[in-house]
Amino acid sequence: MENFWVGVLWATEIWLYLIVCLIMIPAMFGFSLGISETYMNILVKTLEWATLNIQKANAEEESAKASASNGLIQREHGSMEKELEELRRSRPKPPVGGDFTLSDCFYFTRRGIESIVDDEVTQRFTSEELVSWNLLTRTHNDFQYISLKLTLVYGLGIFVRYCILAPLRITLACIGLTWLVIGTSAVGLLPNCRVKFWLSEWVHVMCYRICARGLSATIRYHNKENRPKKGGICVANHTSPIDIVILCNDGCYAMVGQVHGGLMGIVQRAMVRSCPHVWFERSEMKDRHLVTKRLTDHVNDKTKLPILIFPEGTCVNNTSVMMFKKGSFEIGATIYPVAIKYDPKFGDAFWNSSKYSMVSYLLRMMTSWALVCNVWYLPAMHQQEGEDAVHFANRVKSAIAHQGGLLDLQWDGGLKRAKVKDTFKEQQQKKYSSMVVGDDSSSNSD
Amino acid sequence: MGSSRSSLRGVPDGQQLLQETGCEPERSGRLGWFCLGLRSEDLEAELSENPIGDRIVGAFFQPGQETVDFPSFVRVLAHFRPTEKNWTRDGVQPEPANSRNRKLKFAFQLYDQDRDGKISRTELLQVLREMLGLQVTEEQLQSIAERAIQEADLDRDDAICFDEFRKSLEKVDIDHKMSVRFLE
Repeated sequence: MENFWVGVLWATEIWLYLIVCLIMIPAMFGFSLGISETYMNILVKTLEWATLNIQKANAEEESAKASASNGLIQREHGSMEKELEELRRSRPKPPVGGDFTLSDCFYFTRRGIESIVDDEVTQRFTSEELVSWNLLTRTHNDFQYISLKLTLVYGLGIFVRYCILAPLRITLACIGLTWLVIGTSAVGLLPNCRVKFWLSEWVHVMCYRICARGLSATIRYHNKENRPKKGGICVANHTSPIDIVILCNDGCYAMVGQVHGGLMGIVQRAMVRSCPHVWFERSEMKDRHLVTKRLTDHVNDKTKLPILIFPEGTCVNNTSVMMFKKGSFEIGATIYPVAIKYDPKFGDAFWNSSKYSMVSYLLRMMTSWALVCNVWYLPAMHQQEGEDAVHFANRVKSAIAHQGGLLDLQWDGGLKRAKVKDTFKEQQQKKYSSMVVGDDSSSNSD
Repeated sequence: MGSSRSSLRGVPDGQQLLQETGCEPERSGRLGWFCLGLRSEDLEAELSENPIGDRIVGAFFQPGQETVDFPSFVRVLAHFRPTEKNWTRDGVQPEPANSRNRKLKFAFQLYDQDRDGKISRTELLQVLREMLGLQVTEEQLQSIAERAIQEADLDRDDAICFDEFRKSLEKVDIDHKMSVRFLE
């Protein structure tokens, strides 16, 4: 019996030494031993093999019109003008009394029914469906039995993911977080000097690197010369809380957010000891002037790190970019846009906060194959003369969407929970009225 | 809207619904989960942008009801299936929900909110006001309604009944304009 426990202890020691040598030390000093690369290569080959198998099996049946979107219906994308013209084709335009027909309502009715069945916005809050399967049932909604070989590989995959990879990753994540708290508190004890500054950066980056290894994250950074500099605001599209880990692997940022209790609170308080972040109390968040003032003060101090902000305000499923809130664009600082795109082949990074809590989301992440993403740094943007904040925000959003290959939507991410403003309805009414009465309608000025 | 499958078993009176509406169970099952408990206040984002969005949602509810159940929902959606070309009126089978006549009836009821079988001038003004909002003046609205009634009202009773409605739209391609196609 004793021998058994001695054996277990010995195994755990070896395990920890291996982790420290093979993963932590390279993470601390920023070089790589090539283990992850080998793992990724094997993984890619396995997934390609699995995909080929599925395609061979499906070749006998009719090939599915596999649309990579989550759509249920075929949507007509004709403009209002075109469709109403077609409806009125049979009638001559009357000289007086406006160009209205009883059939005009057909267009709106059909659009309405299409919206009820399937709309653009709600689609963005469910996970992307993959065209080919990546051996994770969670991404494939129509799982069927294909062949014994495939099922065996899938079973092996489950074993590898849950029994080997997951404990490893959880250990790493715990080590990373603990080290973050201890390290930043220790650095915080030093007096303000350049060494402190350099040490705090080093501690931050090191801990985030360990966390990234904890998720088997492979990150590719593009255009590093456009990296955010001090005194600016870094703006990115939001898919999950892991975005922070991804971005902070390659530079130090000041975070903005609410003060939480519990574990998050401990981490926040420790981080703020070594370098200034902007944490708000819950009551302060409501006061927009206070928020703007604190951000402006931080930005104007050129020794402080660039602020990291996610203007969408909520997590979106990485196929599109939702409306940016204008608050951070009103400050007048230099904006450094960053586009983040996850590769869905290896694991779905989207956090559906209404479906999964934070803990179950992190566990899902740790039992995925890996996390592969691309980060593009875009050139800095400034607010131009006479440009208002909303227009500027849209400009930045288009640049990010264009670089990351995402759809640029006008909708507000807050629609996950709230209702729509009336201005959109007014726009539709305006368009329609210009068709009925022509442009001499007595409309209120815009 | 996720795409979780649900079988016919989960739907009460599933077989009867299938015969009545022609909607296949797998496809309609995908819609089923979100509409259970659909209330008249639950407008989605794109639907809020639609000027007659309220009316369309109202068409799903029977008068006086506050909720719609799945069979009623499917019955209304069945109006929007593309028309089958080979259906002939033989008087024995009941008219399918997606025939041209039924589609026209659905559109007629959007205008005729009090269900008295006629679109009165007041009702027409109401719907015009909804579609045009504040973009036109009261006089313009009145003249539009006046012309529309004059064109369609054949028996001079200052209201448009269903036959007059149908006659005025006999040249319009209803099938294409009032149909929603489901993807596989």
